[in-house]
Amino acid sequence: MGCVESLPYEVILRGSSFKESRDYVKEHFKEFINVKPGFKIFDTHIIGIPPIAIGLDGDFVIFPYTKPCHGTFLLRVEDPEEAKRLRARKQE
Amino acid sequence: MIALAVEEKTQRSALLVLGCPQVPVQTSIALYLIHRLTQAGFKPVVAGNRSAVTLLVVADPKRYYLGEVLDLDRAIDLITEKKRDFDLCFVFIHNDAGISYAATMGAISKARLYAIIYGEHYDQIVSSIDFPCQNIAAKSIHNPMPLKKMLDEVAPWGA
Repeated sequence: MGCVESLPYEVILRGSSFKESRDYVKEHFKEFINVKPGFKIFDTHIIGIPPIAIGLDGDFVIFPYTKPCHGTFLLRVEDPEEAKRLRARKQE
Repeated sequence: MIALAVEEKTQRSALLVLGCPQVPVQTSIALYLIHRLTQAGFKPVVAGNRSAVTLLVVADPKRYYLGEVLDLDRAIDLITEKKRDFDLCFVFIHNDAGISYAATMGAISKARLYAIIYGEHYDQIVSSIDFPCQNIAAKSIHNPMPLKKMLDEVAPWGA
């Protein structure tokens, strides 16, 4: 299990519903991919209601992170390698 | 010995995915469900965050009811990586995060999925679930009896 908490993240949305975080990604980022729950990102299996939208903005990856007691956070992390990996998947 | 090994191999299992323990009925209903599942021959396994699991461990210090316990993230990892799965899966839901966990279990596990829905806004949660699962829902917050009644009516341990 990776530890998202250890990443240098920026919180874009806090305490939102999962649907709100998905809508935010689709409305604010021209580039995004849809993945299924359990998809691995930053070595963590992502939680959510399919389809899960992951935004891409240059070297930044924007993704939802859900905790049982705190709801869904939309996080932005700068990671050129992960962004590249996700873009390659988009072209599959 | 061989008979025991065969029994262990063929014993059906059930995963209880706990939500945030903010609503009191969760711990009570979880212990009750573990009891009913065990009586029916299932091996119940509990997954939750540290607080949710510790409430159960402290309430059942000699583990009369509670068996195996998994960290929630670890359980998701094991199922997603196909290292483990269950026959039944119960996800406790009283907030939006619980819906996300239930949808995730429905996507990654082959288990028959039950959503145990409770809390002040249980009806809104029921109406927002649009993925395949069986709902067991009641407006239980402090008093577990309405939810216990619904659970007994569905009797998922008879599945």
